[in-house]
Amino acid sequence: MGKIQLRNVRKSFGDVHVIPGLDLDIEDGEFVVFVGPSGCGKSTLLRLIAGLEDTTSGTIEIDGKDATHLPPAKRGLAMVFQSYALYPHMTVRKNIAFPLKMAGMDKAEQDRRVERAASVLNLASYLDRRPGQLSGGQRQRVAIGRAIVREPQAFLFDEPLSNLDAALRVGMRQEISELHQSLKTTMIYVTHDQVEAMTMADKIVVLNAGNIEQVGSPLELYRNPKNTFVAGFIGSPKMNFIDGAEAAKHNAHTIGVRPEHITVGDGPWEGTVGLSEHLGSDSFIKVNVDGIGVINVRGTGELDIHHGDRIKLAPAGKIHRFDKEGLAL
Amino acid sequence: MSTHSTRLASRLMVAPSVLVLFVWMAVPLAMTLYFSFRFYRLLTPDRSGWVGINHYKWFLNAPEFWLAMGNTLALVGGVLLITVVLGTLIALLIDQPVKGQGALRILVIAPFFVMPPVAASIWENLFMHPQNGLFAALAQGLGMQPILFLEQYPMSSVIGITAWEWLPFATLILLTAMQSLSSEQLEAAEMDGASSFARFRYIILPHLTRAITVVILIETIFLLGIFGEIYTTTQGGPGSASTTLPYMIYKQAIIAKDIGRAAAGGIIAVILANIVAYFLMRGLGRNLDA
Ligand SMILES: Nc1ncnc2c1ncn2[C@@H]1O[C@H](COP(=O)(O)OP(=O)(O)O)[C@@H](O)[C@H]1O
Ligand SMILES: [Mg+2]
Repeated sequence: MGKIQLRNVRKSFGDVHVIPGLDLDIEDGEFVVFVGPSGCGKSTLLRLIAGLEDTTSGTIEIDGKDATHLPPAKRGLAMVFQSYALYPHMTVRKNIAFPLKMAGMDKAEQDRRVERAASVLNLASYLDRRPGQLSGGQRQRVAIGRAIVREPQAFLFDEPLSNLDAALRVGMRQEISELHQSLKTTMIYVTHDQVEAMTMADKIVVLNAGNIEQVGSPLELYRNPKNTFVAGFIGSPKMNFIDGAEAAKHNAHTIGVRPEHITVGDGPWEGTVGLSEHLGSDSFIKVNVDGIGVINVRGTGELDIHHGDRIKLAPAGKIHRFDKEGLAL
Repeated sequence: MSTHSTRLASRLMVAPSVLVLFVWMAVPLAMTLYFSFRFYRLLTPDRSGWVGINHYKWFLNAPEFWLAMGNTLALVGGVLLITVVLGTLIALLIDQPVKGQGALRILVIAPFFVMPPVAASIWENLFMHPQNGLFAALAQGLGMQPILFLEQYPMSSVIGITAWEWLPFATLILLTAMQSLSSEQLEAAEMDGASSFARFRYIILPHLTRAITVVILIETIFLLGIFGEIYTTTQGGPGSASTTLPYMIYKQAIIAKDIGRAAAGGIIAVILANIVAYFLMRGLGRNLDA
């Protein structure tokens, strides 16, 4: 049971209002991702839920019970920190068993749970090593192991993959998703990487300066961003925003077109190719369109276009329309 | 970094200082060793000659010697115990975010800057003095007889004074070690359900082992040679109740003016220091490995 409800939660550090006031419902078993630029208050929000910070006002309910003033240990949540926060002087086995030992569980049951977690996470052969003798990915697994043995109501992850190299990150991303599918426990996952958010989440919460900009499934956010912030944040490469006369044609202050929704060949926009990156599977092209400005285009891998070429473009997918305040029309 | 030529060059360059250090250490040691087998009293300079191991025999047979040995170890052990335990507790306390933290820390460190004879005089005259001392006033306030610290508990008093001087050192080292502990580790332990005592026992204390080792090793080196505090307060007395090995050597050399015997005592002190160092390194040395 891991239903979490935030009601009018605010958090200030002195004069700095990091979270000016926010409501959020997280359903049992959901994989929720908090995503937003660095410094927008994601970690603070997670720490409020964990109980590592006190709310300035508002209430936090976990599983229907008011947990606003409960100490972290009583909330039944487990957290995986960005730095892993493993205990360096303990072996992997002792690290994973630590929460069980603190709960006063008997030794045989501790061992049983540690062995099971270790086999799930492929740590069985490292149980007697210390964290200092492990690679980044293995340390990450130990941190997850320490979280899962407690069988918490929900897992909290704070940018758990940001210290790993790119290849490992993709692998761990999938492992965490698989873990969620097998455990079916609520997970709250914080990241500034929209790719992680898109690939892992059931529900994405886009944060900006402590405010929730939009909540929805990955595709909902991709298809119907509520404002220019969400539109620009979700999707890679970033959405193109066009102001002025071109936008006025669509009765909007600003229009947004995703790079993958532009075709190369014939069309109303003409420009000079600035930069072209060919990845084999895709091509990313920056085009200096006459009278509009720089437009990013995502084309097929075989696109034979190079710096200096004159090409024509056509918007071929949804055109997002925004008003003066940046809200979707 | 280490080609043949750079290695040779670096050896050549450190050679002079190694040589100076070696001579600096070896010559006094050799001379002490030489005198420890000689008859050499300053009051009768015309009498001299070899006496074999008589000086050593005298030491081992003197009842004062074993008392002094015991006192030396009690001083080292007592001060270490007090400074490490209290130092850890005080470091925990002043690591908390409180108002005036900077001033508080300076106050805690201050005793370390007081010279040993001055510190001992302050304690003797302002705290422990049976007429004018603060403790006497306290005792009288409570309707009790003042305690004669230096007469009745001379060794404990010396240990107390020395511990007061060394407490800031231990606190400072332990405080910096504590500050290097990542707060996320403590938060993780908190989420894992560890009480504040369990966090201290399983997270903070293991993190401090290296710093505690350093404190013990450094303090031991200095505590084995403590002299000023005893000289200023008890003069090794009453009787020999607070005589330590260094103080006993001083009595032989300066009061009895028997250089030969004092030299033998010096050699015994060197041996004692090495035995202590051996056991310390065996017991604690592995804590220093990364
Ligand atoms: N303990 C604190 N005291 C003061 N300001 C803080 C504290 N913790 C975080 N902040 C501020 O709150 C804002 C949000 O921080 P954080 O939640 O860590 O952002 P994110 O995790 O999204 O990068 C930042 O501007 C940060 O400076
Ligand atoms: Mg953060």
